[in-house]
Amino acid sequence: MARPKKPAKTAPSEAPTLPKAPTGIQGLDEITGGGLPRGRPTLLCGSAGSGKTMVAAEFLVHGALQYDEPGVFMMFEESAEELAQNLKSLGVDLDKLQRQGKIAIDHVHIERSEIQETGEYDLEGLFIRLGHAIDSIAAKRVVLDTIEALFSGLPNHAVLRAELRRLFRWLKDRGVTAVITGERGETALTRYGLEEYVADCVILLDHRIVDQVSTRRLRVVKYRGTEHGTNEYPFLIGRDGISVLPITSLRLDHQASSERVSTGIDGLDDMLGGSGLYRGSSTLVSGAPGTGKSSVGASFVDAACRRGERALLFAYEESPSQVLRNMSSIGLDLEPWRRKGLLHIDASRPTLHGLEQHLVHMYDLVRDFKPSVVVVDPISNLTMDKEDRLLKPALMRLIDYLKQQGVTALFTSLTSDMASDVADSQVGVSSLMDTWILLSNVAANGERTRTLQVLKSRGMPHSHQVREFVMSDHGVDLVDVYLSGDRVLTGTARISQVAQEAAAGELRRRDHERRLKELANHRKAIDAQIAALNAQADERAGEVAFAIERERLTAEGVSSRSRSMAQSRDVPPPRPRPRAAPLRKGAK
Amino acid sequence: MSAHKSPSKARAGAAGLAEKALHEEQPEVAEWQLRLYIAGQTAKSMAAFENLKRVCETHLAGRYSIEVVDLLVNPRLAAGDQILAVPTLVRKFPEPIRKIIGDLSNEERVLVGLDVRPRR
Repeated sequence: MARPKKPAKTAPSEAPTLPKAPTGIQGLDEITGGGLPRGRPTLLCGSAGSGKTMVAAEFLVHGALQYDEPGVFMMFEESAEELAQNLKSLGVDLDKLQRQGKIAIDHVHIERSEIQETGEYDLEGLFIRLGHAIDSIAAKRVVLDTIEALFSGLPNHAVLRAELRRLFRWLKDRGVTAVITGERGETALTRYGLEEYVADCVILLDHRIVDQVSTRRLRVVKYRGTEHGTNEYPFLIGRDGISVLPITSLRLDHQASSERVSTGIDGLDDMLGGSGLYRGSSTLVSGAPGTGKSSVGASFVDAACRRGERALLFAYEESPSQVLRNMSSIGLDLEPWRRKGLLHIDASRPTLHGLEQHLVHMYDLVRDFKPSVVVVDPISNLTMDKEDRLLKPALMRLIDYLKQQGVTALFTSLTSDMASDVADSQVGVSSLMDTWILLSNVAANGERTRTLQVLKSRGMPHSHQVREFVMSDHGVDLVDVYLSGDRVLTGTARISQVAQEAAAGELRRRDHERRLKELANHRKAIDAQIAALNAQADERAGEVAFAIERERLTAEGVSSRSRSMAQSRDVPPPRPRPRAAPLRKGAK
Repeated sequence: MSAHKSPSKARAGAAGLAEKALHEEQPEVAEWQLRLYIAGQTAKSMAAFENLKRVCETHLAGRYSIEVVDLLVNPRLAAGDQILAVPTLVRKFPEPIRKIIGDLSNEERVLVGLDVRPRR
């Protein structure tokens, strides 16, 4: 018989801080301040289907895998195969753990009909089996699930109770950290009053249906010698096992990035100070049906993939293929991203599970896929209506979680058509958001126009104008604000105004052209006139010069004649006269 | 046999008890195959064995075999027959398996438990 070294002795119970055995269950260790009391039994009670076995099994498996504390699982209801199957769904290979000697499983099965009772007996057989299992793998942890089954198998309850009391004392003496599960009773915590024997730590699991949606809850009823969270905490059995969601455990200590990421809509980036949203911020896009919320979300996803980042899209209204088809109709081809593995679309009906269950599903996906961008379309579908009370803390946890992961998140939210309700229904969650974009339909002059405005955006300048939001076959964009006088024009009014102004501009342009041409013609005419006058002037000048020459020559002729006459008669030459006189005389 | 009836737990005697049982009953192909699980030589164990022998000799003389299993010596065997209570008598054959827990002090109930028709 394999008998390895004895398990550790009982932990000193008088120690100032109670030694604890971590459960490794997300959230539970936070509530209990480190885990279950080491070396003591803990009672885990709850109604059928509240997850007792799962919590107990995880406690054991985590102990074996993470804390090097082998464990014994003694079950009274499920068979080993069933447990192995259940754990396999969480990715735990029980057979392997058994082969490695990390977990020992003993299935205790009592068939009432097979058993006759005569005279005295005790449950030494159970002790021996348990002791043998503990010794065989040097176990530090023990789970008894559900020991109350013995009450239906053994008729003599007086003996049974005495033996159970002895069993719990024996477990303490062995120094194993034990989890004993018990069925929830009508008036007491457990049907057979196990809490009487296990007094150190009692955890109550609850499975409640509210509005046809079930939520599991966990409460630490009692934890002797240590402080613990006393609230009811929602918990879930997700793909990776149990997660308890302590509302208060998350602090506001995430790092704020000053890096900006594009929303995928140029016009919107411009409105947000020209460069988009902060990385790691969360944005709410709210609007009535048909205002284009999903398109904004898809653009955001598209932009992220374009940058080569991973994007996760939670679609709660459409199937993945429907999303892809609908978005390709506005020119956003998301299929290549999906094929490349950059985009993951998770489509489901959120009301299928409780809100918490969904959150954990989302956590799991975010943890596995490690996206830089998450879009939830829409959050208003995460819960049945009029349950904002629950939605807000849940969203708070989600947003905080995403922020701590540095994930930029965009949530769309459906609001009713009534303008007054828009603010009302969103007050609950909008305060959690860094940026709030409101899409609305403006109905005027027999048509609807989509508009977009940025209601708030923390830490960045943003436009306060209402922009027109258009979806074309090449994506979503915002039309530059069209101001006409003191009005922002949208839709047909904008188009007709644009046309009118274009027509007026054209007219003006032609008028200008005409006037310039006229001016040129005029200038040409004047030039011609100038040329003609110049010619006239030249002609005149020529005539004058000719006359002058002629007269000069005549005058020369006269004077030479008179000189020769005087020579011949020897007459002194006449006193020179004004030149004009002889000329005038000559001319006559 | 009566020498072992002392209430103190005499572990050393367990093996001897089992051997004795096997030798006495020559189990060729016994019609009734019984197995008695005990945990050490406690008063209850001894009483159970005594009571069992008496019932068998009275009603099943020559047609039975008794195997005594001490779980302190062989703790492994407890899981096989789903033993919790000690002492437990298991009727291995004829099938179906039946179990009787306790010190077998009530003969009538033992007979009912083993489904043996009392011999008049």
